[in-house]
Amino acid sequence: MIEKLKQDLATGTISRRTFMAGALAMGATVSSASLLVGEAHAIAPQKGGTLRIGFTQGSTSDTFDPATFNNDFMLATGYAVFNTLVELAPDGSGQPDLAESYEASADAKTWTFRLRDEATFSDGKKVTAADVIASIRHHLGENSKSAAKPLLKSIEDIKADGDNTVVFTLTEGNADFPLIFNDYHLGIRPAQADGTIDPDTMIGTGGYVVESFEAGVRAVLKRRDDYWKKGRAHIDRVEILTIADPAARMNALLTGEVDLIDRPDLKTVHMLKRNPNVKLHTQDGTLHYVMPMHSDTAPFDDNNVRLALKNAINRQEFVDKVLKGYGKVGNDQPIASSMQFYNDQLAPRAFDPEKAKYHLKQAGLDTLNVKLHTAENAFGGAVDASLLFSETAKAAGINIEVVREPADGYWSNVWLKKPFCTSYWGGRPTADLMFTTAYAAGADWNESRFNHERFNELLVKARAELDTETRRNMYFEMQQIVSDEGSTIIPAFGQYVSAMTKRVHMPEKVTQLWDLDGMRFIERWWVS
Amino acid sequence: MSGIQKLVLRRIGLGIVTLFIVSLLIFIGVELLPSDLAQEILGQAATPETVAAFRRELGLDQPAVIRYLEWVAGVFQGDFGVSLANRRDVAELVAPRLKNTMFLAGYAAAIAVPVAVTLGILAALFRNSIFDRLANVFALSSISLPEFFVAYVLILLFAVNIPLFPSLARIDDATPFIEALYRTFLPALTLILVVIAHMMRMTRAAIINVLAEPYIEMARLKGVPRYKVILRHALPNALPPIINVVAINLAYLIVGVVVVEVVFVYPGLGQLLVDAVAKRDFPVVQAVGLFFAATYISLNILADVLSILSNPRLRAKA
Repeated sequence: MIEKLKQDLATGTISRRTFMAGALAMGATVSSASLLVGEAHAIAPQKGGTLRIGFTQGSTSDTFDPATFNNDFMLATGYAVFNTLVELAPDGSGQPDLAESYEASADAKTWTFRLRDEATFSDGKKVTAADVIASIRHHLGENSKSAAKPLLKSIEDIKADGDNTVVFTLTEGNADFPLIFNDYHLGIRPAQADGTIDPDTMIGTGGYVVESFEAGVRAVLKRRDDYWKKGRAHIDRVEILTIADPAARMNALLTGEVDLIDRPDLKTVHMLKRNPNVKLHTQDGTLHYVMPMHSDTAPFDDNNVRLALKNAINRQEFVDKVLKGYGKVGNDQPIASSMQFYNDQLAPRAFDPEKAKYHLKQAGLDTLNVKLHTAENAFGGAVDASLLFSETAKAAGINIEVVREPADGYWSNVWLKKPFCTSYWGGRPTADLMFTTAYAAGADWNESRFNHERFNELLVKARAELDTETRRNMYFEMQQIVSDEGSTIIPAFGQYVSAMTKRVHMPEKVTQLWDLDGMRFIERWWVS
Repeated sequence: MSGIQKLVLRRIGLGIVTLFIVSLLIFIGVELLPSDLAQEILGQAATPETVAAFRRELGLDQPAVIRYLEWVAGVFQGDFGVSLANRRDVAELVAPRLKNTMFLAGYAAAIAVPVAVTLGILAALFRNSIFDRLANVFALSSISLPEFFVAYVLILLFAVNIPLFPSLARIDDATPFIEALYRTFLPALTLILVVIAHMMRMTRAAIINVLAEPYIEMARLKGVPRYKVILRHALPNALPPIINVVAINLAYLIVGVVVVEVVFVYPGLGQLLVDAVAKRDFPVVQAVGLFFAATYISLNILADVLSILSNPRLRAKA
């Protein structure tokens, strides 16, 4: 009972007076009840204050059009100003946000979302089904340039059922469908009379309104006093700056110009620790580094060649030298340990030149010559990682020629086009989305041109399966398949590192998709 | 029409032709870069369909020649177009950045030029003295260090170790003038240190050059004091090279400060240009590129005119 009261006081559901009355009624003395107040406040979010953030990303070409959101600056701003239908909770499950509840038909093909009654836009209007439909339609159709278009491919039809209910009809069953709506592109905007949204609108349902916005430079957000979501949006004023230079970013934190920075330079991050006012926050996540091989192109069409390469990379060295220790070795499958359905029974793959040689022999080869295409922007340290790989692979008789490509146009000219290259994935909230995006046969971003009959079959089945235990078994098997027969080397998962002053506080558990509490930290964290 | 007016008009005419050629070169340059705005914005998340839809929306599916001619037609009507990335008027996008760039350049120049010229004159006056050598060592070392290094050292000294100045030079329209001067002091100081050597050395060399002339010897022999020899007899004749080097450095302060902008997170034109090139936002690249070219051309014209005016013989000829 006392615990419940403490929690209510902490989240602001009840006042201090109610808490004291309740605690006294339960037999606590006045002094002990006051003590409890103090305890509750130590862990409780505090209201007020200013948070100044220094982000690496942000560009003068940024706009509020959700179709083109592509960097942390806009992600964080977007999540603060707009709500999505569903948000990803710290435990990896979906949690209603603008939608109050949602339910699937038995075949998981029809999904009904009920909207919250109390949710309003910052101009005072109530959120209706029309707003949701217009916002989602912005990412669909022939003329959409949205990066979220592939995510929503399975939507056949969207209908309003009254003012408050939206019904999605899918082309195939999808048990994880609600979690798609956590995506940052899918914040809900007000509909216009013609059933579209104004892509540049800054009117959202979120806890913050935009006070000023200068693309690539600065955004100032102010808390909305009438925010409908209780126990969120604690900070009064948020200032986001783009500080692209790592030294400038770290200096800004040290000199107190900002309170929080992302991506400190990992080579010098230990120097930040010397400052008593600064704390580092490391977060395991879904971010992982990949080296996809086209499984339909020689020599990668032979699984033995792929296994030889998988055994010829020194994963621990990748973590130690490229990620400076801020990461975990990967096992050639993309599901992170924090995700639901992560297969913890896969034996880790060690660096084993003898085994690599064995697989080469199985493929009928003595040596192997391949070209690995890479660029600085494939991921931070991609060129170094490729060179390291090339060195260690020599022990197995594999010659990897590292081809350094220009960073400009890497994603359009090299990735998906060259048979062996370097890339990364920020991750997806669910195993289904990760596999569907990058491993399903025929997917736009199937970078390894992976096409495995059993895998494809399981993917469709697991997607529509509503029984968790059955699904778990299916995803375990799929991870096994991708690890053993897949055409992607996944040497490591990265950790997100951020640095902040000690006055910045966060809940005990944070969401592990992307950096900074799933980029929803502005609404979830607080300052003292 | 006097000779000088004719000269200025001819130079302005040539300048406009140069600008036209520059715009063509910029356009070709941006076209030659791999990928375009649609691909750069969508990045790893691009699919063929969405890129095609994006291009249609921006008109990037039109042939390059047509896009260039449309842009030129717009410019002749005083319209620099809209940014492809955010549909904002280019003029409106560039104006606040331009103001910031000019502010920082003006701030640095207002200190650097008088200090450099004075140091140069003093160094010439006390040639080969301790002062001359110290001034030279100081100036040469500050020009030898890359500007980002100078910037980091200044931040370390005056923002981290002794917190006198902010490490970020953040200003906006609402920042009062004095406050802006304070906030941008470190970037201005960085620029001052970088440009001072060039101007100081040229002033010193130009004056010392003139000091070898017979009329200076004459002035000395008739008993004119040393400082008067330099200020009255040597300096006026040493002005043309000094004016030229000052003009080059002023141009540099306007167009060449992107590194300093990045280190101090100062929202100037350089950062805008870098972003625009990275995203292939051609109208913005054109506008900023042309402004930079125009700065060079006009400062050169100004320097030439001032050099002519400062020389009675050329003045008479013109």
